[in-house]
Order: sequence, then structure tokens, then C-alpha cells
Amino acid sequence: MGRLQEYQVIGRHLPTEANPTPKLYRMRIFAPNTVVAKSRFWYFLTQLRKVKKANGEIVSLNVISEKRPLKVKNFGIWLRYDSRSGTHNMYKEFREMSRTDAVEALYQDMAARHRARFGSIHVLKVVEIEKADTIRRPYIKQLLTKDLKFPLPHRSVKPGKKLFAYSRPSTFA
Amino acid sequence: MADIDVTIAQWKLVEVGRVVLIRSGPYTGKLAAIVEIVDHRRVLVDGPSTEEKKIVPRHVLPLAHATLTHFVIPQLPRAAGTGPVKKLWQKNEIDGKWAQSGFAKKTERAERRKNLTDFERFKVLRLRKQARYEVQKAHAKLRAAAPKA
Repeated sequence: MGRLQEYQVIGRHLPTEANPTPKLYRMRIFAPNTVVAKSRFWYFLTQLRKVKKANGEIVSLNVISEKRPLKVKNFGIWLRYDSRSGTHNMYKEFREMSRTDAVEALYQDMAARHRARFGSIHVLKVVEIEKADTIRRPYIKQLLTKDLKFPLPHRSVKPGKKLFAYSRPSTFA
Repeated sequence: MADIDVTIAQWKLVEVGRVVLIRSGPYTGKLAAIVEIVDHRRVLVDGPSTEEKKIVPRHVLPLAHATLTHFVIPQLPRAAGTGPVKKLWQKNEIDGKWAQSGFAKKTERAERRKNLTDFERFKVLRLRKQARYEVQKAHAKLRAAAPKA
């Protein structure tokens, strides 16, 4: 199990006399734990509807686990993030085993390329791409060529604990 | 001008069906076949050996933790399930072929040496001495028979 998990959070406005059966809102949220998941739920819901934590309640919270965690899948992720100078929308593709793995890879990628942190990224949508010809990004496309094969040239073996080695490392293996 | 033969280096390739040796992690020293390539650094492997303690469950393995072997399971379909992989694994006698390889023999010997008792080590010492004695005897005989330079 990785760092993140996918949670299904269902919440609503507290029932009032005017509206005894308020609408339920459901979200799929990627978070490291339930506390963060609930917090992110309220963060997004207050942006979208006139409900806040003080006048709302969480109805249910459960983990969504991957249906086929042993299958390699391609995921498309739509996201929005705040950079130092503005807000950007993005679409990225990942090749992973599960939705949570893909989102983890996304956070790593955004941190690496854009120095974006968890708090400045909104994951909008995660979709598994089933058809290979609907893949847009060349870095995923290249992995889908038929009979893909490649060598591993110049492999360096991690040096041991010794400070000095008595022979030069062999990289041809 | 003399003809120069340029031959292409025989690289072992990362491909579906390639058998890899796992070099770190919980399955160190076990064999598994590449079932699908995830990306340039990771592959999905499955090692359905018939022996209980040699089984590697299907998982994603970083290529940095693997060494490619000479063996390839030919015509392994991409993303084949554990059942078909097991069948082809047995049909191609991967475990048997691996046991015949130099690397496997060497590691097996090293492992056995490591687990010897003190008395067994002593026996090895005596036997090696005996073998050396025989070799030296034969060598001395040959040297005596050879014409003096």
C-alpha cells in the first residue's frame, strides 16, 4: 500500500426545518488518511456549494480499493494547480497499476517539475484509458508499441560499503 | 584494406517473456518472468515455480532490482495470467535450465559452504589436501619423465 488512498466521502448540509432532507454530495478523494480526506471534502464542497463544516455533516466515509491491482493500466488525470504566478489546468497521463498509484506519481511529478505541493494541487478527474489510440502523450504512447523490447546498457552496480574498490566496476551485464 | 567484421553486441533485452533474477527485496535470488513492461524502469513480473519456496507472486519490480538472464519464454502473450505463465514456465523447463547455469551452481555451492559445520569444514580441508596430493604426485611423475632442457 502506498502513501495515498482513495476515499469515497458522502456529506450533506445539516437538516433544517426549511429543508428536512438536504441533498447528499459524494466525492472521491485521494488522501493519505481519513482526517485529510474529510478536510479536503469540506474544502472542495465549500467552493462548490453553500455548505460548510459548521453547518454540515459527513454521512459516510469509506475506502475505494482497486478492482484489478495486478493489471497495468493507463490513466489520464486532469488537474488544476496554483503556481507561484497563477492557476493552471493540466492533463497528464500515467502508466500504473492502480488509481492511487497514478495519483501518487502525479504528486511526485508535479513536485519535481513545478515544485507544486499537495495543498496547491486539485485532482479533478482520474480516468482509466482503455483504448490505446486515445492516448495523447508521447511518453505513454511509446510504451504501447507492439513487441516492445530494449536493452539495459551501462548498468552501474551500487558500490558496497567499502571506501575503495580493488577493481573498476563492470557495467556490461 | 583488411576486412573488418563488425558484429552487433548481443544484449539481453527487456521484453515480455524474459526471465529475470531478482537481486534485492523480499524475493532476492528468485526467478521471475516479465509479463508486461510498465515503463522504462519497472516491469510486471510473475514467478510461478512449481517449488513452493521459489514462487514469486505477481508484482511490479524495478529493473534496478533485477538482472536479466539468458532465458526467454518464447511467445508468452503480453499480460498473461499466472496460470498460462506457469504452464509455459514448466514447458520451457526454466527451473531446470537455471539449475544447470554457472551462476546457479556457484551460488548453490557458496550457500552450502556457508552452512557447513566445523567438522564438515575440517573434512573439506582433508579432502582438498588429498586431492592436491594426487595432483602433485601425477605432476611430479610427468616432470621426471620429461626430457631435461
